[in-house]
Amino acid sequence: MHAYANPARFLKIARPLTGLLGLVGGTMLILCVAYGVLFGPADYLQGETVRIMYIHVPAAWLGMAGWSGIAVASAMQLIWRHPLAGVAGRACALPGAVFAAICLATGSIWGRPTWGTWWEWDGRLTSMLVLFFLYLAYMALSRAEREADGETSGEGRMTAIFGLIGAINLPIIHYSVLWWRTLHQGQSISVMKGSSIDASMLWPLLGAAVGASLLFGAIVLMRMRAELADTKLEMRMRRLAAL
Amino acid sequence: MNQWDFVIAAYGVSVPALGWLVLVSFNQMRRAEQAVDEMMRGRK
Repeated sequence: MHAYANPARFLKIARPLTGLLGLVGGTMLILCVAYGVLFGPADYLQGETVRIMYIHVPAAWLGMAGWSGIAVASAMQLIWRHPLAGVAGRACALPGAVFAAICLATGSIWGRPTWGTWWEWDGRLTSMLVLFFLYLAYMALSRAEREADGETSGEGRMTAIFGLIGAINLPIIHYSVLWWRTLHQGQSISVMKGSSIDASMLWPLLGAAVGASLLFGAIVLMRMRAELADTKLEMRMRRLAAL
Repeated sequence: MNQWDFVIAAYGVSVPALGWLVLVSFNQMRRAEQAVDEMMRGRK
């Protein structure tokens, strides 16, 4: 991992990878969602509304994956002082927040015909809403810390510590459906127990999840490249100002 | 209400949000890298 600590070496790989991930991920996401929505079967219990699943579930996974990325990057920043870790953590924040927001919005829309309510303060919904607010707080803290330090990358210890502390919410989201059984359904896909979803729905769902993940990766790379370029510009400006 | 209305509403929210995210990230990257390229050309 330290081999990619050099921004020049990182950019050499990130440049071709950004387009590749974006193109493959975007195409896969569109095709799998379109297949699921247009040709997938309706659910025996939930009817047509089950088609919301093809965006809701990947959005939920990526909302959580985004914060996992922040937590790992924060740990790398605090323990090994990896120079790109802070940049990577900050790059995960906006896409994570958008996917968490999509998960909340589509879940609410799905809840109205299924549960008869737009919102319920159950464990899964509330912990996901907390995750969304954590993203907003992380972005605000990151911006405030960078303005206070007068730096665009490298530092940001408070933000990194917040990123690690916020990860406590991830197991709460995951186990919320087991700890507090209210309206949200339990796990349908498990690594240990397999899936209770029919294959005709499962494959487009997994395809959409993989496509959305690749697209997420492309967005993170775009944001990292933007921050690295901004940093380079700012350093140049400072050098000129010092002359 | 028709169940399809909820499906359309869900994708009606998700697609613009995702499109906005991709566009904003791409534009920020392009603008920042173009500025660096111009700076490097100016130095030469």
